[in-house]
Amino acid sequence: MIVQALVFYLLAGIIVASAIMVIAARNPVHSVLFLILAFVNASGIFVLMGAEFLAMILVVVYVGAVAVLFLFVVMMLDINIVELRQGFLQYLPIGALIGLVLLAELILVFGAWVVAPEAAGVAQQPIPPIDQVTNTEAIGRVLYTDYVYLFQACGMILLVAMIGAIVLTLRKREGVRRQSISKQVSRKVGDTIEVKKVPSRSGV
Amino acid sequence: MLEIGLSHYLTLSAILFTLGIFGIFLNRKNVIVILMAIELMLLAVNINLVAFSTHLGDLVGQIFTMIVLTVAAAEAAIGLAILVVYFRNRGSIAVEDINMMKG
Repeated sequence: MIVQALVFYLLAGIIVASAIMVIAARNPVHSVLFLILAFVNASGIFVLMGAEFLAMILVVVYVGAVAVLFLFVVMMLDINIVELRQGFLQYLPIGALIGLVLLAELILVFGAWVVAPEAAGVAQQPIPPIDQVTNTEAIGRVLYTDYVYLFQACGMILLVAMIGAIVLTLRKREGVRRQSISKQVSRKVGDTIEVKKVPSRSGV
Repeated sequence: MLEIGLSHYLTLSAILFTLGIFGIFLNRKNVIVILMAIELMLLAVNINLVAFSTHLGDLVGQIFTMIVLTVAAAEAAIGLAILVVYFRNRGSIAVEDINMMKG
C-alpha cells in the first residue's frame, strides 16, 4: 500500500511539474519534450489504475505519433520565439484567476465525491477478475462485439482526418518541373522522332 | 493520505485540466502551445474516465477513453495541418491575425 502511494505521488508530481513546464517553457521544442514526459508518466498512472492496455496505447499513440508530429511541425516552422512571448505577463493575472477559480470548483466537486453503493451493481460491462481475463482481452471482447460501430466510427474519423490533412497541406507549385509518369508512358515514337530522307550532298 | 483512492486521481486530473486552461490563457500568441495545452486537457479527461472506470468496475469508460484518444489524434493532425498552411501564407503563427482567414 505504501509503495502504491509512493509511486502515485512520484508520477503525479512529475506529471504536474512537466505540465507546468509545457505551458511555461520559453522554447516550443522544450514544451513538446515536456509534453512527452507528461504522457509517459500518465501511462504509468494508467498502469497503477489497472488499465494496462490504455497505458500502452497512450505511449504508442501520443508519444509515438502525436508528440513526434508536434516536434516535426515545431522544428519545421521558423518561428520567432521572442515575438511569441510578448504579452505573456499581460495575460498572467487573468489566467491565474480563472485557473484558481476552476481548480477550486473542480476540487470541491471531486474531492467530496462519494459513489452510491448501488452504483457498482449497474455496470454496463463489468470488468472481469484480472486473474482470469487480462485487461487487453477484456477490452477486446467488448470493443469488437458491443461497440463495433463505435470502433468503425473511430476508423472513419481517422480517415477523414488523414484526407483532410493531406488536402490542406498539398499544394501545386507553379514553375516547378515534375515527372508525369502517365505522360511518359503514353508517349509514342511517332510523336517525338521524325525520320527525314536526306538526299546526298545537300543539307536537310 | 496513503490510501490511494478515486479522489486522488480526480484531483490530479483537475490540476492537469486547470493547467491546460491556464496554458491557453498564458500563451495567447503561440498556437502550438495552445494545441499542446488542449492535449493536456484531453489527457486530464482520459485520467478521469479511467479512474471512474476502474473504480466502478465498468469497462465502458476505458472504451470511451480510446475514442477520446482517436479524436485527440485526429484533432492534432488537422490542427497542425492548418497551422502549416497558415504559416506558409503568413510567415508567422500569431493568433491575433488568424481572423483574416474569414472570407
